[in-house]
Amino acid sequence: MLIQPPPDIASSEITEERIFLNRREFIHTAAGATLGVATGGLALGKDAEAMSLGQEEIPNVQPGPFGTDEPKNSFEDITSYNNYYEFGLDKRDPSRNAHTLTTSPWTIRVDGHVAKPADYHIEDLLKGIPLEERVYRLRCVEAWSMVIPWVGFPLSTLINRFQPTSKAKYVEFTTVLRLSEMPGARRPVLDWPYVEGLRMDEAMHPLTILAVGLYGKTLLNQNGAPIRLVVPWKYGFKSIKSIVRMRFTADQPRTAWNKATPNEYGFFANVNPTVNHPRWSQRSERRIGRFFRQPTLMFNGYDDQVASLYNGMDLRRFF
Amino acid sequence: MSLGSLKRAVFVACVLPVLWLVGRGFTDDLGANPIEEVTHQTGIWTFRFLLATLAITPLRYLTAWSRLVPLRRMVGLFTFFYACLHFLTYGVDYWFFDLDAILDDVINRPYITAGFTGFVLLIPLAVTSTHAMVRRLGGRRWQQLHRLVYFSAGAGAAHFLWQTKIDLRRPGIYVGCLALLCGIRLWERFGSRWLSKVTR
Repeated sequence: MLIQPPPDIASSEITEERIFLNRREFIHTAAGATLGVATGGLALGKDAEAMSLGQEEIPNVQPGPFGTDEPKNSFEDITSYNNYYEFGLDKRDPSRNAHTLTTSPWTIRVDGHVAKPADYHIEDLLKGIPLEERVYRLRCVEAWSMVIPWVGFPLSTLINRFQPTSKAKYVEFTTVLRLSEMPGARRPVLDWPYVEGLRMDEAMHPLTILAVGLYGKTLLNQNGAPIRLVVPWKYGFKSIKSIVRMRFTADQPRTAWNKATPNEYGFFANVNPTVNHPRWSQRSERRIGRFFRQPTLMFNGYDDQVASLYNGMDLRRFF
Repeated sequence: MSLGSLKRAVFVACVLPVLWLVGRGFTDDLGANPIEEVTHQTGIWTFRFLLATLAITPLRYLTAWSRLVPLRRMVGLFTFFYACLHFLTYGVDYWFFDLDAILDDVINRPYITAGFTGFVLLIPLAVTSTHAMVRRLGGRRWQQLHRLVYFSAGAGAAHFLWQTKIDLRRPGIYVGCLALLCGIRLWERFGSRWLSKVTR
């Protein structure tokens, strides 16, 4: 069942999703040419191949709020240094292996405590939503960070459409799991599929976005195509990729890293230089591209925007 | 092949990893986080050379090929060489930021305590590696001192395991090899005595 949201935005402002989501044309980017040679021998449908390699310009992207003036990381760094274990454990594995993931058609299940649970085609979900550029810092729990110009929109826009009931206290997200397309997922390094979650106030916060692109183009698979979460004040593992399900729950979701090592990875995972990982320090970080390390900032520098969410909360206990 | 040419060949082989790393640096093939890659590579090669050094005597024991023993010093010193590179890279990564942070790490981060211990234990071994030193210490004392290598290896294994994010398979393989090599030495030392006790 597909739900069409009421048109409430002038048609002149609607992103032409046919353009940015249409990957049926094979795009001859440099990456595409190289990967084209590599995948030529694989038994992929031509459409699937084109879809996973193509990167479309996203038109009508407006500058968004909360952006940083810090130098952005290069497109090459952002797309070649990734943690996406379903494609391998090495930082370069996702850029090498993620081309096998088909990202179109893409369906997202919305269920749990919402007015009308349903499955949506991504095109229908995004219809009528203006897209913004959000230049955010992303801080990995491993103590490296980047500055990334995401293209996305506030998660709250979608949540309001779904009409969560009063029972909904959390949003749980799930990443796609396809063993045939994700070679690394055959190893139970984590309990697949990858699950993450936010408290409702975190999900509704204006900083929290769903991203569909970066540097003005649609996401490459290694960055979580076609749609992923970005929660910039939390460690990067919270910013779940390639979302196929959003479930509104009454109880705190069991998240992947927390299940794997509960004493090392918490549910909140707020960036906090005063609360160390049990085995390594969180006091400093390496900004990719810079020679010297730099101090880590409370809430990754978004202290002004989000500190109030955690008033009175023991950040050491609820890490 | 003469011992001289064997030694030269092994020397070249030992230098290749650092040359390859430097080459990757010049061709910008170290990825987005080059200092982390260098730290990782120098660390892993330290462990590999340590395993190679520890494998020489067991190999000689198993094969009776005495040509291996003169190589042991060279391979051992290369272990120390890569350990120095590894420690320096870590130092460059952190020191320019904060000496306090380094001290804090060595004291409070178990994996760094273990790594630092492993490195420091190699220093007396490197210093006493010369023929002159063997003569000065006398064979027996030299041998006793050089048993420190097992403690260094254990510290190195702890260092590797403690910092691995989630996939313990890789350090597990290295630690397994280490356990095997130690096992062979223990058997060599105590095996026949234990056997004769048990089978009396």
